[in-house]
Amino acid sequence: MTSADGHVPVLEARGLVKRYGQVTALDGTDFELWPGEILAVIGDNGAGKSTLIKALAGAIVPDEGEILLEGVAVHFKTPMEARRLGIETVYQDLAVAPALDIASNLFLGRELRRRGPLGSVLRMLDKGRMRNEAARQMAELKIGIGSTTQAVETLSGGQRQGVAVARAAAWARRLVIMDEPTAALGVKESGMVLDLIRRIKARGLPVILISHNMPFVFELADRIHVQRLGRRIAVVTPQSHTMSEVVAIMTGALAAS
Amino acid sequence: MGNVATPVRPAARQPAGLVARLRQSQLGGLSTLGPLVALLVAIAVFGSLSDRFLRPDNLTIIVEQVMVVGTLAVGQTLVILTGGIDLSNGAVMVFTTILMAKLAVTQGLPVPLAIILGLVAAGGLGAVSGVLVTRLRLPPFIVTLGMLNIVLSLTLLYSGGSSVVRLPQDLLALGGRFELGGLLITYGSVLMLAIFAVVWFVLKQTAWGVHVYAIGNNVEAARLSGIRVNRHLLGVYASGGVIYGIAGLMLLGRVTVADPLGGQTSNLDSITAVVIGGTSLFGGRGSVLNTLIGALIVGVLRNGLTLVGIDALYQTLATGVLVIVAVAVDQFARRRTG
Repeated sequence: MTSADGHVPVLEARGLVKRYGQVTALDGTDFELWPGEILAVIGDNGAGKSTLIKALAGAIVPDEGEILLEGVAVHFKTPMEARRLGIETVYQDLAVAPALDIASNLFLGRELRRRGPLGSVLRMLDKGRMRNEAARQMAELKIGIGSTTQAVETLSGGQRQGVAVARAAAWARRLVIMDEPTAALGVKESGMVLDLIRRIKARGLPVILISHNMPFVFELADRIHVQRLGRRIAVVTPQSHTMSEVVAIMTGALAAS
Repeated sequence: MGNVATPVRPAARQPAGLVARLRQSQLGGLSTLGPLVALLVAIAVFGSLSDRFLRPDNLTIIVEQVMVVGTLAVGQTLVILTGGIDLSNGAVMVFTTILMAKLAVTQGLPVPLAIILGLVAAGGLGAVSGVLVTRLRLPPFIVTLGMLNIVLSLTLLYSGGSSVVRLPQDLLALGGRFELGGLLITYGSVLMLAIFAVVWFVLKQTAWGVHVYAIGNNVEAARLSGIRVNRHLLGVYASGGVIYGIAGLMLLGRVTVADPLGGQTSNLDSITAVVIGGTSLFGGRGSVLNTLIGALIVGVLRNGLTLVGIDALYQTLATGVLVIVAVAVDQFARRRTG
C-alpha cells in the first residue's frame, strides 16, 4: 500500500490468519502503521488484538498473510528477529529485572564492553559508559530518576514503566509497540506515561498502542484501529468519532461505516 | 542505541563513603554489611575469650577448614543466583575424588591427566543437571536430588564401597603448605580465594554475570532481552560442576584418601554458607563475596567454639540457629524496604 503522497507504511500486514485449533484468533486482519503516528489498537476481549500484536512483534508466526516492514516482506520467527529490525515492544508485565539497576536493565542483552583488552579478553563491562548513556536516555525522556545505579525495584510503578519505555525508545529504530502501558498504573502515573509516549513520537518514532483505556487512547492516538472478531472492522480518528461511537463499533452495536 | 559514543553528562553520583558503598554495592540492594558485621563480631568475641583464636596460625587454620565447603559454595551460589539449588554438589565432589584417585592409582595414569579427566567428569555431571533442568523443565531441587542419589550410587559402584589409599603426592598437592612471613598457608586456601575472586569478577564485571542475575530475577524478562536462558543455565550448572571437582581435589589434599562415603553433608553445608552470607534462595540477589563471608562465619564459629571448649555437638546447633537468624534478618530487611 502507498499513500496519496507516495509514502509507504512503516509496518503493514495483509490478510493475517492465525488459528489455535478450532479457534480463529485472526481471520484475515489488515493493518497499517504510518510514519510518525501513534496508532491505537482497540478491541473487545477475544477480538484478536493481542494475537495481532504478537504477530507484529515476532512472538507468534501467522498461518497466512504477510507482514511488510517499510514495504519489504518480513517473516519473524522470534521477538529477537523483530528487535533486530528495529521493532521494540514494551510488554504489559514489565519485562524488567527488578534487582538489577536501571543502567543494567536498559542494556540487558546488549551490554557494552570496555575498549581494548579489558573488554575483548577479560570481557569486562563498560559500566560507566552504560550508566552515562542510560542517564542521558532517562533525561531526554524526562523520567525523573536520581541515579541509574538504583535498582529498578526501588522505583514506583510509573518510574518502572518509564524504564521499560526508555529501554524500548533507546533501541527502537523503526517503531515501538506498547501493550497496555497503563494497566498497572494510577491516574497520575498514567499521565506520566502519556507524556512519555508523546516524547517518543516527537523523536519521529511511530508507536502502536494497545489499550483498554479509552480516554487515554483518545488523548494520544492519531488513528484508532478497531479489531473485532479477528478482523479490522474500522479505522477511525478521535476527531471523526466519539468515544461512545467507537465503543459501539468495537462491540458490534454500531456498524462500521 | 544509535550513537552510544556521544559525549554525555555524568550520571548522578552515589555517596562514596565505605559504609554507603557496602550498602549499595550488591545487586538488588542486598547488603554485605550485615554478614560482615556478624563475622567481625564473632571474631572479636572469640578473640577476647581465647588467647589462641587471633593467632595468625589459627586464622590460617580457619581458612583451611572452610576451603572445601567454601569452594563448593561458590558453585552453589552461581546455581542459587539463577533461582535454582544444587543438592548434588557434595556427591559430585566425592565422585571426582574417587575417579581421580582410581585413575591415578589403579589405572596408573599420570596425575595431571587424572585431574583433568576428573574435572571434565565433574563438569559433565553438572551439565547433566543443567540439561535436565532446561530441556525437561524439571525443578532444580528435584533434578539435583535425583542426581545426588545417582552420583552417590555411581561412586559406591565404581569404588566397590572402599576408600582409595596410598595416593600419589601430586594428587594431594592442594593440602600442602608453604611459608609466608612465618605463616604456614595451604595451597588449597589460596586456590579457594582465587576462585572466589574470579567468580566475583565474572558475576560483577561481565555480561555473563549480569545475565545470571537477570535469569534469577525475572526469567521472562531475560528471555525477552535476547538472553539464551537455556544455554546460560547449562553453562552455570556445568561450571558449577567443574568448581565441585576442584573442591574434590582440595578434599583429597586435606584427608589424603578418597573416601566414597565422605562429604555426605557437604551439599547442605554449602547451602548454609550461601544463606548465612545473605544470598537469597529465591534467586537474583546476592554475591559470592557474601558467600565467602558466610563460609568464614561458619568456620569462625566452629573453630572458636572448639577453642573455648564447647562440645562439637553444640557447634552444629549454633550453625542451625545462625541460618534461621540470617534468613529472618534478610526477610525483615526486605519487608521494611518494600
